[in-house]
Amino acid sequence: MGNRVAIIGVGMSKFGELWEKNLREITLEAGMMAIFDSQISGKDIDAICVGNMSAGRFTGQEHLGALAADVGGLGNLPAYSVEAACASGGAAVRQAYMSIKSGEHDAMLVFGCEKMSDVNQTEAMNTISVASDWEWEGLFGATFPALFGMMARRHMMEYGTTEEQLSLVTVKNHANAAHNPFAQFQRPVPLKVVMGSGLLADPIRILHSSPVTDGAAALVMCNEDVAKKYSDTPIYIDASTQGSDTLALHDRESITEMKAVKISARQALEKAKLSINDIDVFELHDSFTISEIMLTEDVGIVEKGQGGKAVEEGLTELGGKFPVNPSGGLKARGHPVGATGVAQVVEIALQLRGECEKRQVDGAEKGMAVNTGGTGATSIVHILGRD
Amino acid sequence: MAEKGVAGVWRKIRAIYNIQGNQCKTCGNYYFPPRLVCPTCRRKGQLEIHKFKGLGKIYSFAIVRQAPDHFKRQMPYVIAQVELDEGPRLTAQIVNVDVDKVEIGMRVRACFRKISEQGHEGIIVYGYKFEPTMEVTGHD
Repeated sequence: MGNRVAIIGVGMSKFGELWEKNLREITLEAGMMAIFDSQISGKDIDAICVGNMSAGRFTGQEHLGALAADVGGLGNLPAYSVEAACASGGAAVRQAYMSIKSGEHDAMLVFGCEKMSDVNQTEAMNTISVASDWEWEGLFGATFPALFGMMARRHMMEYGTTEEQLSLVTVKNHANAAHNPFAQFQRPVPLKVVMGSGLLADPIRILHSSPVTDGAAALVMCNEDVAKKYSDTPIYIDASTQGSDTLALHDRESITEMKAVKISARQALEKAKLSINDIDVFELHDSFTISEIMLTEDVGIVEKGQGGKAVEEGLTELGGKFPVNPSGGLKARGHPVGATGVAQVVEIALQLRGECEKRQVDGAEKGMAVNTGGTGATSIVHILGRD
Repeated sequence: MAEKGVAGVWRKIRAIYNIQGNQCKTCGNYYFPPRLVCPTCRRKGQLEIHKFKGLGKIYSFAIVRQAPDHFKRQMPYVIAQVELDEGPRLTAQIVNVDVDKVEIGMRVRACFRKISEQGHEGIIVYGYKFEPTMEVTGHD
């Protein structure tokens, strides 16, 4: 018997501005769907791990581990939340991976959740800003879009990336989300509309940015023995890696790459004994479209500087050689910050199970999810595979 | 919120009024914002206070058109990474310039300005912004 870690159940709430539901309701919705999908019984769950960035500021509620256990009627099991800004969801998946791999737990329920629309847009933006270096960036007026704007402008100067290429990422991801029933924006958007949308922080436009979203995603993760008992289609985690970089963008040697992603993606491929060409489907953290372009380069799909061209030439679209964000990504599926890392893994698992219908990547056997925090100060990479 | 507190701003006024960071005497690297530990030398590092000249050039920038409440009156404004002549980069606003005239590579120098008024009861934060050297002095 190996000691691989499996995903046997996936679940999601609808992503969007869910004014009629609170954090508990969407979290419960995702968790129940994952448990029903796995067919495991609640009593066989050993522990809960929740990925969340800032429920305290967004909703006034913290202590989400206990909340999740309580709302699900799961009693007295260990439960806690982890935080790594926008990579909190990925951190939760990785925590569960390590807990199961170590033998401490056999089966865990993993959540990612965020309820962002209970505060106004400005407060939501302020709350996200603390994922960068608040004292030395935010305090001086650097908003989150502005930090990505600086990356984009530099990328344009160094590599000739164009505004049109930044916009084509949006067009691609919206086209994919049109086939994702859980996505916030299930409709295509024409290039002209993206390029004419309002400026947030030049060169970043509103439609280059992920939205404010409420949502939750959940996984049932377990060891190989439990997986075989409950599932005919377990998805295995071939690698889980993580890396960090400076908190402030201005402290990095280069702002046109995310070094933490480069390192953790390379380590993940090494651990899984795969090359980038073996990966059939990707979920890359497109908080802004420039991030998808940079990550396309940093995970090794294309050389540095070629990320804009990759989207222009259709390399990363559904049906391309390296499909990126078939779910719609953060841009169109929505970006409830703490939920995103888990939602990415849900999408990869569904792709490998062949259950994505119109957005299915044909015959996908290996998939990679890259979840980043802040302006790239945290990177968490998971490679998943079919048995 | 914490940023309304006086102490949080007061304890860093030397750094943000004077662009005072540090230099590691072991490796020679300059740091701004000031570091608590030299990331190159760690325990072997010897950090000493260093006052920066406040001269540099724009490394990258964005024009902010949607901002938190206490910056709304300044919109649109330019936020940039300025590469100081001593080496490190910092994040600051660029002022005294038409937002459309800002360019990567433009020489800038520090000026002392109001950064923000943090609400009716919050304190007024002063510190560094940067302006084009050519505009102010007639030469780069």
